Amino acid sequence: MTTGSVFLRMPALPRGDAMWLVIAGSVALAAWLALVPVAFLLWQSFLTPETASAPAELTFENYATAYLTTETLRLFGNSVAFGIGSAAVAFVSGTFFAWVNERTDTPFKSLFFALSLVPLVIPAILFTVSWIFLASPKIGIINSALDGVFGTDAVFVDIYSLAGMVFVDGMHQSPLAFLLMTAAFRAMDPALEESALMSGATIGEVVWRVTLRLAWPAALAAFLILFVRAVESFEVPALLGLPVGIEVYTSSIYQAIQKYPSEVGLASAYGVTLLLIASLCIYVQSRVAADSARFSTVTGKGFRPRRMRIGGWRYLTAAVFVAYLMVVVVLPFLVLVWCSLQKFYSVPSLAAVQNLTFDAYRAVVSYPDILSVVRNTAVLALGTAVVVMLMTSVLAWIVVRTRWPGRGFLDTLVSLPLVFPGIVLGLAVMITYLHIDIGIYGTLWIMLVAYVTRFMPYGMRYATTSMLALHKELEDSAAMSGASWRMTFQRIILPLLKPGLIAGFIYIVIVSVRELSGSILLYSPGSEVVSIMIWEYWQNGQYVELSALGVMLIVVLLCFVLAAQFVGRRYGVADAGS
Amino acid sequence: MLSVKSLYTEYAGERGEAIHAAQDVSFEVPEGKLFTLLGPSGCGKTTTLRSIAGLERPKSGEISVRGEPVYSSQRGIFVAPNRRDFGMVFQSYAIWPHMNVFENAAFPLEVRSARSRHKLGRKEIAAKVMEVLRAVALDDLVDRAATKLSGGQQQRLALARALVMEPQLLLLDEPLSNLDAKLRERMRFELKRIQRELGITTVYVTHDQSEALALSHMIAVMDRGRIVQIGTPRDVYERPSDRFVADFVGTTNFLDAAVVATGGGERCRVRTAVGELNVRCGEYLRANDSVLVSVRPEDVELSEQPPPQDNRDKADGEKADGDNADGDNFCVGEVQAKAFLGDCLDFQVKIGDFIVLARVHPSLRTPVGDKIYVRMRADKCVAVPQR
Repeated sequence: MTTGSVFLRMPALPRGDAMWLVIAGSVALAAWLALVPVAFLLWQSFLTPETASAPAELTFENYATAYLTTETLRLFGNSVAFGIGSAAVAFVSGTFFAWVNERTDTPFKSLFFALSLVPLVIPAILFTVSWIFLASPKIGIINSALDGVFGTDAVFVDIYSLAGMVFVDGMHQSPLAFLLMTAAFRAMDPALEESALMSGATIGEVVWRVTLRLAWPAALAAFLILFVRAVESFEVPALLGLPVGIEVYTSSIYQAIQKYPSEVGLASAYGVTLLLIASLCIYVQSRVAADSARFSTVTGKGFRPRRMRIGGWRYLTAAVFVAYLMVVVVLPFLVLVWCSLQKFYSVPSLAAVQNLTFDAYRAVVSYPDILSVVRNTAVLALGTAVVVMLMTSVLAWIVVRTRWPGRGFLDTLVSLPLVFPGIVLGLAVMITYLHIDIGIYGTLWIMLVAYVTRFMPYGMRYATTSMLALHKELEDSAAMSGASWRMTFQRIILPLLKPGLIAGFIYIVIVSVRELSGSILLYSPGSEVVSIMIWEYWQNGQYVELSALGVMLIVVLLCFVLAAQFVGRRYGVADAGS
Repeated sequence: MLSVKSLYTEYAGERGEAIHAAQDVSFEVPEGKLFTLLGPSGCGKTTTLRSIAGLERPKSGEISVRGEPVYSSQRGIFVAPNRRDFGMVFQSYAIWPHMNVFENAAFPLEVRSARSRHKLGRKEIAAKVMEVLRAVALDDLVDRAATKLSGGQQQRLALARALVMEPQLLLLDEPLSNLDAKLRERMRFELKRIQRELGITTVYVTHDQSEALALSHMIAVMDRGRIVQIGTPRDVYERPSDRFVADFVGTTNFLDAAVVATGGGERCRVRTAVGELNVRCGEYLRANDSVLVSVRPEDVELSEQPPPQDNRDKADGEKADGDNADGDNFCVGEVQAKAFLGDCLDFQVKIGDFIVLARVHPSLRTPVGDKIYVRMRADKCVAVPQR
């Protein structure tokens, strides 16, 4: 009996300096990352630009410019229209395919499912560029093909328009809608639909009167997420909107910073606005999601949903699926491949086929800084993923397992960066470390800080979900076996969380490699990453090199995902917890 | 050996309100005995067990083992669970899925060895682990992945893991509730054998009364956070101290009754809907007290033949109600309904306006609607306070 070790802490929490150090460190880091940049952003939005002759002064002018000019309404209108349009496109297509996939007997569903997730891997900037190649009025393949057919030089589709922006962004986001709605349909007891069928309803009536009504809170929550993502998106408005003067908040922030002298204050005012819109939506979304959890149709038992037989319609749904995959996967990728094999950009033709060359790949590989760019990208992606997953596994443990006061606030705190559009976060981090000079401004470190902040919420979701799936008694029994907190964490919790943590790790690596909006204001010579290099190629008009780099990036990311899945299946503890 | 003194626990509920789990819980468990906390879900039995384990921190009270306090609110003592040296088997078994059978059972020894100054060698650990795995008949499955074990094997592994460090106290939290019925009965004997052979002091938590009756030396029946009766299995079953215990432990018939006369010692005569009965009662009763009489269905004896006249103290032909010198109670009823359960037969017998449940041998085949004679021994009718 070791009654010597007497202490007055919470139950089930053995003492140990390591424990308090790790916990305090994680909480402090999360608080710093989530709160400090917001404070600096707010502060900066009330300041005039600082120049060599005049120091910054307190002012409301930034907000006056942001809210009280004729531009205000146009900017707000553009942003909202773009956001709603893009969310609607993504939501309708994603929901339709989720329903088809989950609830009907459409052939080749599992293949469709796998393929429709591929766009998640394609960076937005590449997706946008490929659609410029496809549908630009001057160089677009679709226009020139149709011109060839009809013998005119009319413009059939113009991607440089609000409609074009909505279409491209909506399509790029539809896999997310697909995943969200698939989850919603899976959580629904099919017996509810079957009983409607048994009552004599047609399939249309079942979908309209039962399925959609039950899924509606989940649908609203999904729509709000999609809206926020669209409003926050930078690549599409920058590439498609700016050339024809359709500005939204994200592109305006970029414009304001790029001006000489930079209007950091105005950019901050725009950033604060965007932050408010996103916060409001995320708040409503979390309320709706909480409500839908309360009226949840999930009973905890596993459903094996019975598929509805939709007869001949299933060929139609399969055809629509194929068309969709053409739009989001096949065409964009093929056009990039085509372009990457040219010497100069040209529309596909017999003459152009004879000019196929690997010059562009050679040019990219022999680019003097390519090694440092690849290294930067890898270091950033892996470093972000490691830091985020380790930190959030501790934070998730606090939120899920302890009954400490303030744990709910901690959860909110970690999720706070969700409302930061990438470009606003980049701006806020830039301002913060311009003023707090710890020597990371202009280095890779500042990008690491921005990335960790940006992806902390995602890591938290992965860690929390796995932690919730872990029966508490698995930990209790370690304590009863005599293990200390450190030993329990190291030998029981972390190994059992491994599958979830690895999944989160992979996800964060991928989104870090794709990330552009967060880094666009932070990079400087020497700290470029691949997505920045693509951006610079675009600015310089080096389309073939861009395509070659894009193709290589997509292939590498796909290989990474496949390898990760293979390793996960082979070595992961698939049935941990239970 | 284990002593729990006026234990109070509370925890914060969903909305932050304080929920009182255990209230004024006190009991003693002698060395080597199996002590059961029995009660419905939410009665505070698990919280009490987890407080003994140290996984929960009580609000006040004292818990000591062999005179050494592991928790005392007065003296500000709280020993962490990993320093208490208690073995525990959880309801879910909590077998770590990323370790095999051997690794699961070796874990307590490894973490102890890493902490203590007397390092255990690899061989010593292996020997101890094999010994305990042999005791639970898992020694041929040492390399099996934990996820590949059946429910019964997981249960035995959990027991092995709790026993491997030779704890001073074994805590069992509904260890059989996740098994199917057949296996549960077998494991009940197995558990009893191991506990009796090792002579390890054990606290057992269950909501299953037959498990409690079969395994325990002593049972504490809990209701709404309080212990309502402590006694041997026979005590608790045959002499329930109140309505809750009679109702929760086993099936019973309740009759509202008023005391007519108190006899010597534990006997008294009461008036009920089925006539006047001789019952067993506490000595505190006085005439006109209202009480409840509890009679177990298996103690309601049925017969198609009228009881022999000489068993009656009055030769009263028309009136079948009465009692004999031993104080047994007789009445006449009518078969209302029957249910054949295989090993026994349940009769609903209507006596006057009252329906009594009787459990008898299946050989009795009286048809529904027929007259039937009922005997209830005075010993088996227990008066408990109205509540």
